[in-house]
Amino acid sequence: MYFDLTDEQQAIRSTAHDFLASRFKSERLREIAASESGFDESGWKEMAELGWAGLALPEEWGGQGLGTVDLAVLFEEMGYALAPSPLLSNTIAGLALSVGASDEQKERWLRPLAEGELRGTPALIDADGSAEPMQFSMAAESDGDGVVLNGVKTLVMDAASADFFLVATADGGRHIVEKGSSGVTVTPEESIDLTRRLSSVRLEGVRPEATLPGSGEDYHPVFLRACVALAAESTGLAQRALEMSVSYAKDRQQFGRPIGAYQAVSHRCAQMLLETENSRSAVYGAAWAADAEPESLPLAASTAKAYASDAGWRVPDAAIQVHGGIGFTWEHDLHFFLKRGRANAAMFGDAKWHRERVADAVLAGESAPAAS
Amino acid sequence: MDLTLSPSEEEFRDEVRSWLQENHPGPEPEAGLDEVMAFRREWQLKLHAAGWAGISWPKEYGGRGATMIEQAIFAAEATRQEAPAPANVLGLAMGGPVVIAHGSDEQKARYLEPILTGEEIWCQGFSEPESGSDLASLKTRAVKDGDEWVVTGQKVWTTFAQYAKWCMLVARTDPDAPKHQGLTYFLMDMEQEAVQTRPLVQITGEGEFNEVFFEEARVPDANVVGGVGNGWAVAITTLMNERAGLAFGAISQIQNSLGRLSKLARETPANGGTAADDPYFRQRIAQLHIEVETMRLNAYRGLTKTMQSGIPGPEGSLGKWQWADINQDLTELALEIEGAYSVLTRGAEHAVAGGSWQYGFLRSRANSIEGGTTDILKNIIAERVLGLPRLR
Repeated sequence: MYFDLTDEQQAIRSTAHDFLASRFKSERLREIAASESGFDESGWKEMAELGWAGLALPEEWGGQGLGTVDLAVLFEEMGYALAPSPLLSNTIAGLALSVGASDEQKERWLRPLAEGELRGTPALIDADGSAEPMQFSMAAESDGDGVVLNGVKTLVMDAASADFFLVATADGGRHIVEKGSSGVTVTPEESIDLTRRLSSVRLEGVRPEATLPGSGEDYHPVFLRACVALAAESTGLAQRALEMSVSYAKDRQQFGRPIGAYQAVSHRCAQMLLETENSRSAVYGAAWAADAEPESLPLAASTAKAYASDAGWRVPDAAIQVHGGIGFTWEHDLHFFLKRGRANAAMFGDAKWHRERVADAVLAGESAPAAS
Repeated sequence: MDLTLSPSEEEFRDEVRSWLQENHPGPEPEAGLDEVMAFRREWQLKLHAAGWAGISWPKEYGGRGATMIEQAIFAAEATRQEAPAPANVLGLAMGGPVVIAHGSDEQKARYLEPILTGEEIWCQGFSEPESGSDLASLKTRAVKDGDEWVVTGQKVWTTFAQYAKWCMLVARTDPDAPKHQGLTYFLMDMEQEAVQTRPLVQITGEGEFNEVFFEEARVPDANVVGGVGNGWAVAITTLMNERAGLAFGAISQIQNSLGRLSKLARETPANGGTAADDPYFRQRIAQLHIEVETMRLNAYRGLTKTMQSGIPGPEGSLGKWQWADINQDLTELALEIEGAYSVLTRGAEHAVAGGSWQYGFLRSRANSIEGGTTDILKNIIAERVLGLPRLR
């Protein structure tokens, strides 16, 4: 029993922490957020050089071959820095390719993705269908010459900066569609979260470059890892919002004292710490399960995503309250954290959706799972 | 990171598990406290004979010298099997460790063995009517008289004082010193006329704890632990001890309760189905599971940290706070699931589950008060973990 990061993981953390802090200072972040693409090409290149594009992708396909715990470490730091980056969507696409693609497809798509040369993103949610996870309505029609895709995928992350989409269809399959293919139209959607761009992708009679041989079930573990990575990001958001609040509460004076001396404020900060620490424990518990005990991953991932979905926006929300009026201004960075946390909460199953999965597991059996 | 037990830890768990299965005497009798205590004394003798009393104590003092993980495993397993508590909980968890850490050789020779056997029950005389959270303001006086001290004052919330031979008593020996100094830690013999206990009846109707009155009670100088004037430091050790074991026992207990709550939901009719089909109850139960999991994982994370640094940090306060919240939520939810039946308690013909949830609901009100109120824990976290300024 040992619940802490290894020295290597600590090293990933500190590298990521320092790099992201220097790369995404507030002014730079605001520039990227206000830009047309919302994307930082030079930052991406540096991340790729650090091996992040393929961090948890197989070594034989150009990745680093590291585990979900390492991935969680990285994404916690991404959240802490509020990094605007296609790293999450690219990672999810890469994980899906590693489980669902043929060797030939991996050579063509996964390797360059893992090396940071090509960017992919999943296109999952159908504009005319359910927004619930893993419910797809787009048909994989066949006209004799192969698959033809018609319909609109929406809430697609980082579509503008992606080279290809992994389009999910009702049969559970995934299809590679290049952004430049004929019949593909990308339309940006306005999101509350300015640090992660969302778009609609209209497909009109599109012939995918490839259809992966994998089946719908193959992608379930990828979905669960995506939940863990997103939950890790939200934990990082919460940690940063907590630190900003504590620092402000020590500094800001009212009635002749730092406001952090008042229990109405200090107890709110204590609550923020509780939620942040709980979130972190749930995330690393799930990340560990993903690597070492896959049978317990579904429950652990839902536990983490449900908890971090709530904490990831509630802690920044509490931070705004601690800051008072200044926290409500555009000029202060806190609103970016609140918005990113709120967006993370809604993606890949919200807290309610994941709690329902937990209820299934807990209420089915004779009792709650016992401690080891 | 490895959240599984090592082979040697697994071996330890299996040993604990099978010993408990063969030896634990079943549920405590549903009787008065006297019968329950007699039952627990017998159980403790059995524990001691097999070397399971004082497992955290060093071997040279009759303990098992178990690692913190082994303590956690033992506590979790004992609770999972719903083994009874030993009679001398406070002696084992606090009194013994204090004597081991601060006591003289004579004191170790005199006190430790009867703690382990349960022959002498211990209680803790810290809180006073006017000194609760602000413990260091306590007023009970001890005045030197030859080679004795004369103690006058009152203690309160003294669990099992009515059965205790020894009281871990903190009294003021220097009224002129600053409040944290001038305190001394004594082992007070409860069996004397000048010490009177009066049970306090709790909102559950039970009397676990007491008021204790000292009217010029006598305690020999030899019974000072850790030196005159060092009472605060010694008392703090007491409070830090066996946190690991207590936390994991508490977590297993909540896991047991959560299992019972799920069963209650499955068996309670609601909207033509059961409460387990009701979306509201499903969400609430899932959230409780999630909270219990985070608490369990936090505790493991804390344990790793404590084993690295050697001392439990103030982060332990988070666990105690969360435990109280969860236990209260859980019993509140049980009452919600029971609906109109939730008014019927122990003894009622139609009480659900023998009225156990009504008792649990009432008893858990104390969880956010006993052993440090949630409000004080938040202060500790704010000041000692987050480094926020003190109001005082």
